[in-house]
Amino acid sequence: MTDMTARLGPLTLPNPVLTASGCAAAGRELHQFFDVSELGAVVTKSIMLRPRSGRPTPRMAETPSGMLNSIGLQGPGIDSFLANDLAWLAEHGARTVVSIAGGHTDEYVELAHKLAGNPAVSAIEVNISCPNVESRGQVFACDASASSRVIGAVRRAADPRQPVFAKLSPDVTDITHIARACADAGADGFSLINTLLGMVIDTDTMQPVLGGTTGGLSGPAIRPVAVRCVWQVNKALPHLPILGMGGIRSGLDALQFILAGASAVSVGTAVFGDPMAPVRVLVELEAALAERGFASLADAVGHAHRDPASRPVPAAEAAAITYGASQ
Amino acid sequence: MSNPVQEAAEIFAVQKVGAYFQFTVIAPGIAAGFRPGHFVAVGVGGENTSMILRRAFALYGATQSDTFAGTVTFVVAEHGAGTQWLVKRQVGERLDLVGPLGNPFPKPSGPAPAVLVGGGYGTAPLIPLAAELIAAGSPVEIILGAASEDRLFGELAAKRLVGSVTVTTDDGSAGAKGRVTDALPAAIERINAEVVYACGPMAMLKVVGDIARAHAIHAQVAVEESMACGIGVCMTCVLPVRGDDGKSRFVRSCVDGPVFDADKVRWDDVGRLPWDLVGADAMGGGH
Repeated sequence: MTDMTARLGPLTLPNPVLTASGCAAAGRELHQFFDVSELGAVVTKSIMLRPRSGRPTPRMAETPSGMLNSIGLQGPGIDSFLANDLAWLAEHGARTVVSIAGGHTDEYVELAHKLAGNPAVSAIEVNISCPNVESRGQVFACDASASSRVIGAVRRAADPRQPVFAKLSPDVTDITHIARACADAGADGFSLINTLLGMVIDTDTMQPVLGGTTGGLSGPAIRPVAVRCVWQVNKALPHLPILGMGGIRSGLDALQFILAGASAVSVGTAVFGDPMAPVRVLVELEAALAERGFASLADAVGHAHRDPASRPVPAAEAAAITYGASQ
Repeated sequence: MSNPVQEAAEIFAVQKVGAYFQFTVIAPGIAAGFRPGHFVAVGVGGENTSMILRRAFALYGATQSDTFAGTVTFVVAEHGAGTQWLVKRQVGERLDLVGPLGNPFPKPSGPAPAVLVGGGYGTAPLIPLAAELIAAGSPVEIILGAASEDRLFGELAAKRLVGSVTVTTDDGSAGAKGRVTDALPAAIERINAEVVYACGPMAMLKVVGDIARAHAIHAQVAVEESMACGIGVCMTCVLPVRGDDGKSRFVRSCVDGPVFDADKVRWDDVGRLPWDLVGADAMGGGH
């Protein structure tokens, strides 16, 4: 039995497979397919202060091994979320990472205040891939000082018992530069990666397909980008834990993220095609770790950075060696 | 609402029906919860496919498990790469199905004359509904329409249920030339209909709603909106719908629909962001 305990800095989870923000709503729908308390945690859809309608349709376009979405953070607002969704998650024994989003720093701060002291919150994931109203709509996550301001303010405002994870965008020149700025501002860890900005044009209408013109690209198409980002940030800031995500649909996909330096993973878009994906990925990941001779998940975290000579002895090989010694 | 299940459903039969393909698959768990109006979400492309999203199809019917395992039937129109893959599947192969999904057609508490209007393969969910309405003692009229004869669906099944059906085609290749909705007012008046049921393209459903309203009766319509998940988590299939509190919201056609009271849907605002929608004032970007 592989010890699957996941340690994300101050946060300890019974296993390393979580949902991804925006791909599991607030857990209720997936609970029809599996018990949400079996997951490491549920990461909620990003929640904002006020109710939000989201963008007009079409909101989705399937792309090769992926999809574009332009939902526009439709949601009920924090008060309804706390009363209905978070309460439901707590009742069902789910650990919950609450994703928060805002248009300016004060909004993030107010959200963190609203979550403070709530024992149902395991951690806060800060979605900074939002346009900054005070900076002519430039996305926070694409600017180191804006990212640092938001993360610093959330860290100060948030309950000290609630770890704060910065969710970074891959749409930057050097992701380690943004990560460092967030680390200096007090981030307890990183969620890597958010979607990449993309676009599809309908060649019949000769117009953009999405109502929002551009959208976030997710799914297996972005997996290599995500693994690269996890690798780079882990190398630059090895002391901070990473929740890895981007196109995971199997246990071996998840293992790539773990080996690159993620301490846990989120399964996102795969849920749309397979509602059982998170629990399936967990079973497959556990088997893949055992096959490779890892006694614990923790032993595998960042393994790809280490000297190949330190490779653990796979179970089958170990048995063969023991057998040979007894001859 | 019955809980949806995921099943590896063996294909029991595939039939070409005009331009469509009718699949009957062995899916006892889905069949057990089936009500007319439910749909299934079908995985396409096989393992490791680059097509990561399911395709949604209204259920044409189900047989419950007895000596043999229960089956469900759905109808596929070939248009994109996903449905092109699907229509090449053979008997004995397995399909990955999630269902039953969505809310079924609400039915009157007692016998009530009803007109059913199907556009193209939108007729599929109306046939099992017609059977149930007739069994409950309701007089039923069925109107089928399509662009052309080969895109009509369910004419024979409808005739078996109600004797005679009204058929329209845009090009006049079968039945009366014109729109399916052209025949609706007369049908409502013939049987003094108390309700209209419809499934088909959005533009057709809007007109069905207008005609029903003009006759002061309700129209329950099933929409065909594109979806990524079908289970309520992705938020891509939304429509602007007026709630009981008078306020309009974007609601999911998968779990809040696919059947809506036509009067509650703001058809002219589909694909737009009306200013008075709940939360429209908070829109400022982010994805």
